Amino acid sequence: MSADTRIVKQAFLRTIPVMMGYLVLGIAFGLLLQKAGYHWVWALGISLFVFAGSMQFVLVGLLSQNASLTTVAVTTLLVNSRHLFYGLSFIERFKAMGKRGLYMVFSLTDETYALLCAVGDVGTVEDRDRLSWWMALLDQSYWVTGSVVGAVLGSHITLDITGIDFAMTALFTVIFVEQWIAAKTRLQAIIGMACAIVSLVLLGSDRFLLPALVATVAMLLAARNLVEVRR
Amino acid sequence: MNIVSSLLVVAVTALCTLATRATPFILFGNKRRKVPAAILFLGEVLPPAVMAALVVYSLKHISFEAPGLWVNEIIGVAATALIHIWRRNTLLSIGIGTVVYMVLVQGAFL
Repeated sequence: MSADTRIVKQAFLRTIPVMMGYLVLGIAFGLLLQKAGYHWVWALGISLFVFAGSMQFVLVGLLSQNASLTTVAVTTLLVNSRHLFYGLSFIERFKAMGKRGLYMVFSLTDETYALLCAVGDVGTVEDRDRLSWWMALLDQSYWVTGSVVGAVLGSHITLDITGIDFAMTALFTVIFVEQWIAAKTRLQAIIGMACAIVSLVLLGSDRFLLPALVATVAMLLAARNLVEVRR
Repeated sequence: MNIVSSLLVVAVTALCTLATRATPFILFGNKRRKVPAAILFLGEVLPPAVMAALVVYSLKHISFEAPGLWVNEIIGVAATALIHIWRRNTLLSIGIGTVVYMVLVQGAFL
């Protein structure tokens, strides 16, 4: 098997959980958009150029309400604000990837971020970067496929796959466990979990994540000596 | 539906989404300057913290008002985590965890 085939196969295996989640959620999105009166070409275009899971569901609402562009901009920035923190871990890596790095920035969803955090040791730096690129590309292809299938088939889909999108929760759980086992200090995982739970209880499910991440960053910076010394 | 205004809404969504993802690179990705030490530190220690937050985020809709609103999710997450601690095989843990959750939800035992 050539080196390229091996990397694509690796990328496919690693993205299977995302495939299950993205196909199902993509179909749900396409279905919703079709019900709002949009041709499947819109589902294709939106999933190609926006590529943001939860935001695309919000977008269907914004389209049907004739929301003002200011509302659209503010809503998008708020819903996607968590992405502000993802790039911080990949500044050098994506910069070194040249043109492919630009696509990596564009396509940095929650799930691709999680896979990239778990990429670990895969031979050379070039191998790791090519694997990362293929995973990002495959993830978007699942999402685009799901969206178009949902918009074309509409409500003809009858297979009961309720709950299959739990694969995403399971993916985050597995990577969390993996990092918990591998970490030299668990302080950052504990801080992240505590901030998220406290924020969820205090602020409710619609707007807890950004405050939780801001608090996490502040506490990590304050505890910098502890985390670094124990590393 | 008005095609032009719909296109504008989609374009603004796409640009704002890209803006949130590109901000760290625009702020700290300058080729001539080194990335500040505090940012490198955050980049290194954030992933486990963010992953914890994402687990909570993907479970944000659970509620403790009735068992049917939280037990399935907790069993699904516990099964995934335990199988992963046991076998350390990502696909196996996610596969079994998801099937367990689907059986619980579709069976509507609670």
